[in-house]
Amino acid sequence: MAQTRIVLPKTAKKGEIIEIKSLIQHAMETGHRRDNMGLAIPRHIIKSYRVTYAGEEVFRAELFPGVAANPYFSFTTVATVSGDVVFTWEDDRGTVVTETVRLTVT
Amino acid sequence: MRRSAARLGGLAGVAALFALAASAPAQQRTSARELLSPELRAMQDDDARNPGMLWVEQGAKLWQTPDGAAAKSCAGCHGDAAASMTGVATRYPAVDRASGALLNLELRINRCRTEHMRAPPFDYESDALLGLTSFLAHQSRGLPMSVATDGPAAPFLAQGKALYLERQGQLNVACFQCHDDNVGKRLRGDRISSGLATGYPAYRLDWQRSGSLHRRLRACQLGVRAHQFELGAPEYLALELYLAARAEGLPIETPGVRK
Repeated sequence: MAQTRIVLPKTAKKGEIIEIKSLIQHAMETGHRRDNMGLAIPRHIIKSYRVTYAGEEVFRAELFPGVAANPYFSFTTVATVSGDVVFTWEDDRGTVVTETVRLTVT
Repeated sequence: MRRSAARLGGLAGVAALFALAASAPAQQRTSARELLSPELRAMQDDDARNPGMLWVEQGAKLWQTPDGAAAKSCAGCHGDAAASMTGVATRYPAVDRASGALLNLELRINRCRTEHMRAPPFDYESDALLGLTSFLAHQSRGLPMSVATDGPAAPFLAQGKALYLERQGQLNVACFQCHDDNVGKRLRGDRISSGLATGYPAYRLDWQRSGSLHRRLRACQLGVRAHQFELGAPEYLALELYLAARAEGLPIETPGVRK
C-alpha cells in the first residue's frame, strides 16, 4: 500500500476557509524511459485524484506523465458541516488508494 | 609566440588563484539548504509538502513492526523513538564497541536486525532501510552534529580525511577542490555545497525519491570519472565520518530536499 500524507485541521469553525494538503508515494513512471538493457520501462502513473467532503466532490485532478513522482496537492475549501474528507488516488494499473480524515465543524 | 606567452601567463594566474584559495582561512560552512532556491527551502521546511516525510512515516511503521526469528520490533527494545532515539543520529557514524567496525545509521540498523531480531538485513538502498534511517535521523532534527573523532574513531577519521584530500578519477580532482574551494558556485544544474551531508537520507529531485548519502557519494565519483565504491563500503563510511566531523555543530535536517 502506498504511503500517503494528509494535513488538514481536525476542527474548523463553520464558514472558515481551510487548507488541505496531500502527498502520496508513487514513482509516476512516464513510460518514456529505458532500462539498462534498452527495454522500455512501462508507464505507471496515477491517473486521477479525487477528494470528497461530506459526500460532495470538492477537488478532482487528472494526472499525466509530465507530473513528477510523489504528487503533492494543496487546495482550500469552506468548512460547512462535520464530515469525512475522503481522498482517492487511482493509477493506470487499477490500484486505488483511499484515505479518510474526519473534519469536525463547530 | 606572444599568444603562447599570454596563455602561460593565464595558467600562472590560475595556479596563483588556486594557491590563494587553498591558503584562505576556512570559510563559514553552511548547509546545502542555504544554497537552495526559496521555493525548495519552503518545500523542505513544510512537513506536509516535503516528500522525504513519506519515507520517515514508512520508517515509523517499520519501527513498530515485529520481524525475524526473534519476532521483535525495534520498539520492543527501544520503546518510543521520540524519547529513546533523540540525538542518536548526531553521534553517527560511530565505532561499534563490540566489533571495532565503523557503522553508520544504516549499518547499525542492519546489525540490530541480524543480531537481535535475527532477521535478514535490508538492502542498502531499499525503501525499508531508507525509511528507518530517515525516521531515526528525523528524531534528531535540529540537534547539532557531534561525532566522536578521537580514540577508536581516529584512524577512520584519518582515512576519511585522506580520501577527501586525494585527487581521483580521470578529471583528477579531490573533494575539497569543489566542496571547500568553490562552494556556492554553479556546477551543471546545481550549486556546489560545503559537503556536510546533514540532510541525508535526502529527497533529491534528480532521483525523484529519497536516497542515501552513499548513493550521493557514488554520483560525485561518477561525475569526476573515478572508481565508485559499493554502497556501505568502508571507504564511504570513513568519508561519511569525516564529513560528519566537518559538520560539527550544524543541525541535522533529515529529510532534506536537494536538487
